[in-house]
Amino acid sequence: MVIYIFDLLMILIGMIILILGVLIGVAFLTLLERKVLGYIQIRKGPNKVGFMGLLQPFSDAIKLFTKESTYPNFSNYFCIIFLLFLDLFYHYYFERLIPYMFNLICFNLRILFFLCLTSLGVYMVMIAGWSSNSNYALLGGLRSAPQTISYERSMALIFMSSILLIMCFDIYFFYLYQEMIWFMFIMIPLFLCFFSSLLAETNRTPFDFAEGESELVSGFNIEYSSGGFALIFLAEYSSILFMSMILVIMNMGGYNLSFFFYLKLSLISFLFIWVRGTLPRYRYDKLMYLAWKSYLPISLNYLLLFLGLKFYLF
Amino acid sequence: MMIMSITIFFFILSNLMMMMSMILSKKSFMDREKCSPFECGFDPKSMSRIPFSLHFFLITIIFLIFDVEIALIFPIITLFKMVNMLTWIKTSFFFIIILLIGLYHEWNQNMLNWTN
Repeated sequence: MVIYIFDLLMILIGMIILILGVLIGVAFLTLLERKVLGYIQIRKGPNKVGFMGLLQPFSDAIKLFTKESTYPNFSNYFCIIFLLFLDLFYHYYFERLIPYMFNLICFNLRILFFLCLTSLGVYMVMIAGWSSNSNYALLGGLRSAPQTISYERSMALIFMSSILLIMCFDIYFFYLYQEMIWFMFIMIPLFLCFFSSLLAETNRTPFDFAEGESELVSGFNIEYSSGGFALIFLAEYSSILFMSMILVIMNMGGYNLSFFFYLKLSLISFLFIWVRGTLPRYRYDKLMYLAWKSYLPISLNYLLLFLGLKFYLF
Repeated sequence: MMIMSITIFFFILSNLMMMMSMILSKKSFMDREKCSPFECGFDPKSMSRIPFSLHFFLITIIFLIFDVEIALIFPIITLFKMVNMLTWIKTSFFFIIILLIGLYHEWNQNMLNWTN
């Protein structure tokens, strides 16, 4: 009993440290994004607060949390509040999947768990768009729903073909099988497909139809102000960090206790930002064609290829 | 039990953050302009909750079928260690080829197009 309670305590402490790490990571990811976007547009980013702008995200957070939050007429107040709660809860739950071997929960169906959680992600943006009684928000929510489900399905198939290589549902086994060669080199087309599916999944720039800044002013989160906006922002950026971690684990040799794992992780998150600074927005029907007419056939055909490979290697 | 305790922990944590954002935020009186939905400075012209037709509705139905099929694919991983290899490869090949032919058939019938 004592050992059991001790285990529970250690897990809780581990979770607290993990959450704190994620929050600080998100804060510095936003700073990195502003700096990188600034240098891409040949200007300096935030450089006044603290030492060279290092304290900028914290002052932003304080500012956001102390502003007034408004709720528009005829909006579903309960839905708005519940959505914020759900979004935060969902993105914290994602962090559970990080494959540490001690003091956190480690179970062997983690990939299935991940796929279940990503299929939940549609509802967040949709509820956010619908519940704030605004035309722009509704359009943003409606656009994001088919986009997310299409890309999620091709992402599941790509996952499937890399699971076929390791034949296990545990994320940790990706490390064991990638000691000699990264899966990135075995399946480069799938790697690129996976990266762009992740861009679409997290509503990042070439596919950011949920918050198209030039046509819908801010898209699904237009009516969220102060703390609510900060929480949505937090959830989005933590999902970027998490998705880049999944990419590194799956395709780039993920041994998460080495230093280079974190270097690769920050490189991939930098890639997310770089894409935002470089590429213009895609067209919506082309986006759907991309998911249905190229990613889906490619991933299915690769699945067939890897099945044959597995059979002949057996 | 441990999963439940972690779930409860997350529940409390996200509740705390929500409460913090509500307590810390500045309060003021509501007026009409502040509470109307944002529409670039104009009064909202049309209701936002009216029924309208959405492209790609059919695609969501296709998505549903595909998702069920993906859920049916997953057991081939666990079956790999249990059944005869020849049976395994036959069934999984057959299944994926059915999926592929279904996709190409939908493509051929112009189901994946934006407009016909």
